[in-house]
Parts: sequence; structure tokens; C-alpha cells
Amino acid sequence: MAQVTLRKVVKKYDEVLAVRGIDLDITDKEFIVLVGPSGCGKSTTLRMIAGLEEISDGDIAIGGDVVNDVPPKDRDIAMVFQNYALYPHMNVYENMSFGLKLKKTPKDEIDRRVKQAAQILDITELLDRKPKQLSGGQRQRVAMGRAIVRDPKVFLFDEPLSNLDAKLRVQMRTEIKKVHQKVRTTTVYVTHDQVEAMTLADRVVVMNGGLIEQVGSPNDLYHSPATKFVAGFIGSPAMNFIPCQLEQAAGALRVRVNDKLSFPVPADRTARYTAQVGKANLLLGLRPEHITETRPHSEPNQHDFDMVIDVVEPMGMETLVYFTINGIEICGRVNPNAGATAAKPMKLRADLSNMHLIDDSTGKVL
Amino acid sequence: MANASIATGAPTRPRYGSMSRDRRWALRWSYFFLVLFAIFFLMPPIYMLITSLKTSAEISAATNPWWISNPTLQNYIDLLTQNQFLVFFRNSAIVSICVVVLTMSISVIAAFALARMKFWGSATLATGVFLTYLIPETLLFIPLFKMFAWVNEMFGIQLMNHWWTMIILYPTLTVPFATWIMIGYFASIPKELDEAALIDGATWMQTLTKIFIPVALPGIIAATIFTFTVAWAQFLYPLAFTTSTSELVLPVGIVTTLIKGDVFNWGQIMTGALLGAAPPLIIYAFLMDYYIAGLTAGATKG
Repeated sequence: MAQVTLRKVVKKYDEVLAVRGIDLDITDKEFIVLVGPSGCGKSTTLRMIAGLEEISDGDIAIGGDVVNDVPPKDRDIAMVFQNYALYPHMNVYENMSFGLKLKKTPKDEIDRRVKQAAQILDITELLDRKPKQLSGGQRQRVAMGRAIVRDPKVFLFDEPLSNLDAKLRVQMRTEIKKVHQKVRTTTVYVTHDQVEAMTLADRVVVMNGGLIEQVGSPNDLYHSPATKFVAGFIGSPAMNFIPCQLEQAAGALRVRVNDKLSFPVPADRTARYTAQVGKANLLLGLRPEHITETRPHSEPNQHDFDMVIDVVEPMGMETLVYFTINGIEICGRVNPNAGATAAKPMKLRADLSNMHLIDDSTGKVL
Repeated sequence: MANASIATGAPTRPRYGSMSRDRRWALRWSYFFLVLFAIFFLMPPIYMLITSLKTSAEISAATNPWWISNPTLQNYIDLLTQNQFLVFFRNSAIVSICVVVLTMSISVIAAFALARMKFWGSATLATGVFLTYLIPETLLFIPLFKMFAWVNEMFGIQLMNHWWTMIILYPTLTVPFATWIMIGYFASIPKELDEAALIDGATWMQTLTKIFIPVALPGIIAATIFTFTVAWAQFLYPLAFTTSTSELVLPVGIVTTLIKGDVFNWGQIMTGALLGAAPPLIIYAFLMDYYIAGLTAGATKG
């Protein structure tokens, strides 16, 4: 069993708080992704789990044992680094077996494990090459192989794909997921790429400013973000935030965006939002895919409105349209055949059943 | 005929190739100055070689200094059969080898600690090491005299006038610089490499011996060559601290025994200097590639 537990973990560099007391429970065999912008403390958190950084306060437990003062080698973890950190003077086989050799594992056992890992990663024919002779993707595989052969309690990945080109990154992402499905080792993975986080994780941990914003499954984070930060960070293009007011008219709630434009709030949300009527600093959060071209059949909570399109970006399977409300640029995703043209008015449709109401002063989604 | 008509009939092509013309000029100037420098710096050793092949009579005669009328190996034979010269050579060799071994064992470990084992004051210490190197040796030998006298008083060990004293003296010059070179070299090794080793279960010592030393080999070789050269060519300390002929090292030995009063035995001095320059030259020749790789390490991302 290898659950990882973080309790009120703090990291202080001189006077700077990099991690401000985070709690996290990672269950056995789980694939957890820490995601956030640079400087959010995600790498520091990973390095504290690895034992490469001392923790300033709190507790970290691996497999139930508190490891605060346990050196990295005794934590039974394996780590894959962003720049692979392969030993340049050793060939692939030696790179992978280095840890086992230090542990005085019998030779035939080492050989068996290295060959097995090489087979999982499809690098058997590279075993006697030096790192210099490998491509980026192959080096990444070797770095993973070095982690797998040690059969650790926890895998730690520190932005392992950011040095690869876009195509290879997608390929290796799938590869990592496959390996995890085969090996089923508890994994903590750090990335700044929300797509990587969404595609790989069982649960995603969104971090910002040294704190955890939200922990949840990729779908939870996408559909029910807890904060404005998560709502804006997850999803691409990012969620639109439109300043708005909530008003009560004839027993029904409406979100008013400006003098001309307002939408009725879906009936199932009326109770939740009633307390916000008349308050300042409210934001209407609406994802680009919930602003589409108008269609013949209307579902409940879908409302049409007219806008002059500023910019049109064809993406192939869809077209992104940009327009401005109250000086704020809003993005919508329309059908390529909907006839969106720059500087021309267009009838658009907002799907309010997927709206979010955000208190901009606290950053909380209401 | 067809060719001729094309050649004359074709419109004059615009003259491209200014890039290569520019490069040609750059090359010409490079060659000019490089040859100039080469002549300038090779003049003394060539002069030494020419003089070493002359008899004393020919050297003192007012003939063309660049021409040998009666070439002779007598100077070489005299020096190499003289017991004295061989003693100097032996002293120099033992001192230099011991100094290299001592310096490298200290500075590799010191540099590793200073570059990697983030401890309180490590950065200040690293700067301190470099500052030590900046103190000229001419300022040090008088305090060293006092220290030797004190050692003699306290422990009854006479450090003066022994060639082996140089083995403990030279590292005061070589350790700081070699350590500084190694700190720079180790700093160019990505931090993740020792972190990976740490996670793989290596101790600090194993990280040093199994990862850092092999990876930093060019830097270590560069530092070794430097140390050897300094130890081999050191003049001031042996001149100040040794006097007996049997205790002299090569550079001092040549000067003190081959100059008798105001009589300069130029032929033998030049021969001795040439023979003395041979070992570093041979070492450079074999390790040159490593030396350059070491000095330019970290200049570009590999």
C-alpha cells in the first residue's frame, strides 16, 4: 500500500512562502496531477515528497510512515525529471540498473527487471546506447525505465514532457498513461499544462500561490470549478468572465450584462443565487462552447442574442469568434458553416444551463 | 563552340558571393596575425634549441646566432651524464607528481562540497578559496619562513632546505585554483543529475565517485595539467627554501649550478631549460583535447 499524505505542509525560502500549508490525501494506485502556473508551488511540493527539499512545517507520510526526516533513497520513490537527468557516461542499461546496483540487488534479478522494463517501454534495442545517441522521446522512456525498474512505492514526475515537441508530447502522454495502467504505481505528476493534467489524472490538484485551489476529477474541475482561478485555468480557450448584476424581476432572476443584454437564470439555480441579488463584483462565467451560433431548435435555458463579431479564427472542426461586451473580449465556438464574418453582426446563442456565477471579491464560484 | 557562344552570349550575372569574399578576407587577416603570433612566441624556444646545439666557443663567437656551423650534442651528453641534473630532474618529478595527487584529491572533494552540498556559508567559502589564490606568492614566503621556524621549535622538524617540503608548499598555490576550476565545472553539471543519484540511493561519496568524477573528467584533467605545470615550473619557493645542491628542483637547479659567478654556461642552460620543458609539453600534447574541453565547459549547452 502506498498512499501519500500531506498535512499542513509548508515550505519557506528565507522569508518567501512557496507552499503555504497544504493538505492532500493520495490513495494507493492513484494518478494525481499537480497543475498550476509557474511559481504556484507545485514543483516544490513534489520535491518535498521526494525528499529533495526539506519541509519547513507539517508532515508528509508515504505508505503510512511519516518521512519528514527520511533521506530520498529511503523513501522508496522514483522520480522522472524534466531534463531526464540520465547519467551521460553510462549506457541505457547502466542508467536503469544504477539504483539496483547500489542496493546490491543480485545480478540476474537486475537483468530480469531491466529487460522487463525495457520491454514495457519498447526500448530493448537501445539498451547499449549512450544517452547522447538517443532522441528526446527515447531519453524520456529511459528516464521512465529507470523509475520502473526500482519498483518503488511512488512515481514522481516533474514536468517530464515539457522538453518534447508538441506531437511527441501527445504521444508520450498516452505512453505514460499506458505504463500506469500496466504498473499501477501511485503517481504524482507535476505539469503546468492543463491539457496534460486533464488527460492523465485520476484526480487533478490545481495549485495557485502556494495553496491548493481545488482537488477533483478532471470532469469535476471542468464542470464545477470551486474558484474563479480554477474556472479560468482549466479549459482552452479559457472561460469567459463577464461582469454582471443579478436582478429580480417578476419573481424570476435575471443576469444583466449591460443595459441591452440580460439572460434569465435557469430555474434550478434560482434558490442558490437569490442571496446575490443587487450585489456588486459579480461575474458571469460562461465557457466558449456554451456560446454558439443560433440553431432552429431551442433547448431550455438557451437564449439568442445579436453581436458584432470582431475576430474570426477558423480551427477546422470549429471556428472561434471573438466579440466585446463592456470592453471585455468574449470568445465563442461556432460551427464552421455558421457564416461568422469579422465586423458583421451575428446571431449567437448562450447556454445558461452551464453558467457559473462568481463573486469577484472572494474569487469563489457561487 | 556551343560553350563559347553561351559564355559570350549570356548576360553578365550579378556578382553574388560577397559573404564568401568577406570570409576570405577575414581568413587572410586571421592567418596573418596567427602566423605573426606563432613566430613571436616560438622564437625563444627555437633560439634555445639552436643555442643548445652549439659549442660554448661558437656561442661566444660573434657569428650568426640563428645558424649552427658545428652542430654538437655535447651539451645534452654533459647534462644527462651529470649526476646533479638527474637529481634535479628526479626531485622535480617526485614533487610534481605528489603535488598533483595531493592537490587533486583535496580540490575535487572540496569543490564537490562547495558546489553541491548546499551548507551554511558554502558560497562565502567558495569565494574565500578564490581570494586565497589572488594573494601573490611573493607575499607568502616570509610568513612561511616564520611558520617553518615555529614548526622547528615546537616539533623539532626541520622543513628548511628539503625538496620534499615543496610537496606541502606548492598546494598552497595549486589547491585554490584547481578547486576554483572544479567548482566551475561541477556547477555546469545539471542539479538533477545528483538528485537522480540521490534518489537512486547513492551516498554523497558515491555521487562524487560514480557520477561527478566521470562526468567532469575533462575538467579534472584540465585542473591536473594546470597543477602539474605550476608545480613543475615553480621557481620562487624552491629558490627561497632550498640551498643544498641535492635538494634543488629543476628550474632552480639549472640557474644556480649552471651559472658560476659571472660565467654563464649558455649551451647547458638552454639544454637544461629545453629538457625541463619537455615533460609538460608531452603531457599537453596527449591531453590537449581534454584541456580545451575543460576550459570551455559550460560555454554552450551540450
